[in-house]
Amino acid sequence: MAIKKFMYTNRKAPYGTVYALESLEVVLIGAAFDQDVSLAFIGDGVYQLTKGQTTEAIGQKNFSPVYAALGDYDVNKIYIEKESLEERGLSLDDLQHLVWEDEDEDWAEKDSIRLVSRSELADVMTEQEIILSF
Amino acid sequence: MKFSIQINEGPYQHQASDTAYQFAKAALAAGHEIFRVFFYHDGVNNATRLAVPPQDDRNVAKQWSELALENDLDMVVCIAAAQRRGIMDAAEAKRQGLDADNLMAGFRISGLGQLIEAGIESDRLIVFGA
Repeated sequence: MAIKKFMYTNRKAPYGTVYALESLEVVLIGAAFDQDVSLAFIGDGVYQLTKGQTTEAIGQKNFSPVYAALGDYDVNKIYIEKESLEERGLSLDDLQHLVWEDEDEDWAEKDSIRLVSRSELADVMTEQEIILSF
Repeated sequence: MKFSIQINEGPYQHQASDTAYQFAKAALAAGHEIFRVFFYHDGVNNATRLAVPPQDDRNVAKQWSELALENDLDMVVCIAAAQRRGIMDAAEAKRQGLDADNLMAGFRISGLGQLIEAGIESDRLIVFGA
């Protein structure tokens, strides 16, 4: 099967609508297809990766721990749009520290998160073959 | 060209399904191939056969159903999204111990892998809604 460059763009807050959760479900299933996968977090989508989420008060499942497992699924190109963070008064310190283990370098732990500017992200998007927008 | 279509919003509330339907019709009329239509998020609600819109309005599910049956389209409803929202075919309803099913003819229920496969196998995957 051909390998294509897939990007999942995540643009919405984690709760309030189901898009973030159901996007994550596509990413996890899609990982089984061994494609070249990137994730982008843009706009309110950056809130999906914030640390310390608790959801008891809204009666919904807290699915944020799942993002930490993405590295195990070989999903390790996670682009965060810098301007989106700044516009919301956030920095990388507010987000989960996502890592993956590089099989080719004796399982060295590496950062999955790539902080990019809006224009850099536009360049990355131009390289993609399939963009699934959530 | 070989297209696949993803529909992310339900009928009537959003225009996404209508626009996708017009796109699909136009693509087929122009001689293009549609590899698959995939219904996700509230888009699974396009597949209920129990919707009864007013007679002077379009019937979104029926439109899709007729287009699929006429053109042998592969229309797939995501099973995870469908189960959350109560869209069931007869086999799934039985498996879940439910007393009813509601999947319109021309649709089938399957997994998210069908969406990824559609992306791989098609020249273009067009997303409507969200």
